[in-house]
Amino acid sequence: MSFKVAAAPHGHSQKKTNQVMAWVVFALIPGVIIQSYFFGWGVWFQILIAVTVAYLSESICVWARERSARQALRDNTALVTAVLLAISIPPLAPWWIIVIGTLFSIVVVKQVYGGMGQNIFNPAMAGYVLLLISFPVQMTHWLPAAPIAPYDLGLWQTLHTIIFEYTPTGYDVEQLRTTVDGMSMATPLDGVKTALDQGKILTEAYQQPMLGSLAGIGWQWLNLGFLLGGIILLQQRIIRWHIPVGFLAGLLVPSFLAHMFAPSIIPGPIFHALSGATMLGAFFIATDPVSAATSDRGRLLFGLLIGLLIWVIRTWGGYPDAVAFAVLLANLCVPIIDRYTRPTVYGHHSGAKHDAE
Amino acid sequence: MSEFKALTKQGLWENNPALVQLLGLCPLLAVTASVTNALGLGLATLFVLMGSNITVSLVRQWVPQEIRIPVFVMVIATFVTIIQLLMNAYVYQLYQTLGIFIPLIVTNCAIIGRAEAYASKNKWHHAAIDGLMMGLGFAAVLVVLGGIREVLGNGTLFDGAELLLGEWAKQLRIELFSLDYPLLLAILPPGAFIGMGFIIAIKNRIDAKRAQIQSTEKTVTRARVTAES
Repeated sequence: MSFKVAAAPHGHSQKKTNQVMAWVVFALIPGVIIQSYFFGWGVWFQILIAVTVAYLSESICVWARERSARQALRDNTALVTAVLLAISIPPLAPWWIIVIGTLFSIVVVKQVYGGMGQNIFNPAMAGYVLLLISFPVQMTHWLPAAPIAPYDLGLWQTLHTIIFEYTPTGYDVEQLRTTVDGMSMATPLDGVKTALDQGKILTEAYQQPMLGSLAGIGWQWLNLGFLLGGIILLQQRIIRWHIPVGFLAGLLVPSFLAHMFAPSIIPGPIFHALSGATMLGAFFIATDPVSAATSDRGRLLFGLLIGLLIWVIRTWGGYPDAVAFAVLLANLCVPIIDRYTRPTVYGHHSGAKHDAE
Repeated sequence: MSEFKALTKQGLWENNPALVQLLGLCPLLAVTASVTNALGLGLATLFVLMGSNITVSLVRQWVPQEIRIPVFVMVIATFVTIIQLLMNAYVYQLYQTLGIFIPLIVTNCAIIGRAEAYASKNKWHHAAIDGLMMGLGFAAVLVVLGGIREVLGNGTLFDGAELLLGEWAKQLRIELFSLDYPLLLAILPPGAFIGMGFIIAIKNRIDAKRAQIQSTEKTVTRARVTAES
């Protein structure tokens, strides 16, 4: 009889890192298709540029660090970072925006900290924040969604706009956003925030043309698309429920309570849930296994913190959306969350208390 | 002479106040958005550091151990007041740009650190050289960081140098490239932290490389000794 001694962990997931990451990209597809339906072909070009730049820069960095480039590229983490960043930025942003953002994400946020698994911050969101702070004009130029867009751009026109910053007929992005009545169209989050800041009440703010039946035209379906992708990830056990549930609870519970107290000036939970990058953030960005908390309780707290921060910044902050800032701030808190939510070791009373003694 | 060499090496490289001791980070990160600002504050710090080092060293016999820190702070504050009034008189626009960071030189830990660690224990001319070298090391890092941030964030070098050096310095301005949309992050505080991190990383890399070369040389000599014995 052989008594084979096997080391823990005894339960294995058969999925390797590259498969997990490939599933994440796969689950993004419904959202990306909806985004390209409502916001044009741009997102595909952005993904193309981002992935190319990410793979090139990752190979150069890994080569400079004297490690195997093939190994690093095969784990698909650069792919996920690139795709997440590419769908976060406005689809018609000039090409150098996504190049700078991807370079910063991969080289500074990921490789300088030691490569895959070592980064403190979510690479895609750190790249996004760099872009948002440095190029606020380009980063807020979202076109109105297709049903209310004044112009319909074809494949070639989109590519021309991304490369040269104007269409073949000479319109720049600012003009493309401008409707017949000379008003440039804001995103739903931005529009509602501006209207509320001007002292309007919520019903007036919701009467703007970019607002749809639930949240914003296009944006509500985009968020539902990412929700669908998130459910696929949950069903495939790529992610666990703690972070998305914490995230959505942190965002929706305060917005529900505040909406109950001040129904005329604070948007309700449905608007928050289906606006901006809520669902993308809850299921794809906050769940980054490297920069998130590690224990289940920790993940719940981590998600709650992000959701709450998003609600606070959306309601009182200077920016209309806040997923990137909230994720980075929560990333900073991860060591302390991990410290106080350490699971109890088998045979001990309480992990954290025991350690403190 | 060897003392002079050692002090130079310590101040400029091995014990650089900004890169190794990481002292005085507050002004270092706050005012390095352009080379001119960095140079202005670097020179002001250099002047204060030399003055305080010499004075502290001269009066060190008469300063009771218990109250030495307040005395050092008073000495430093005196020199900061002098430089502040001088800058107010001669480089007024730069004085306004640097703002609160000139009076804040008093709290720059690099200065009180040198007063406590070196000047209060050594002769005045050594203390003067120490102050000069430490100040130059600090100013050099300021200027390098200012240069990196100005190039990335503005595409220029020595923009506004005439504020510090007089009218002729307008020719110093180099426009490397003209940006429609500058990389604002480089000018903003996070850019200072990131740039500083890269400078420190490069210094550590050079040191590691040199240590590696030295250690290989050492192994060779030891092998020879073993063969002889």
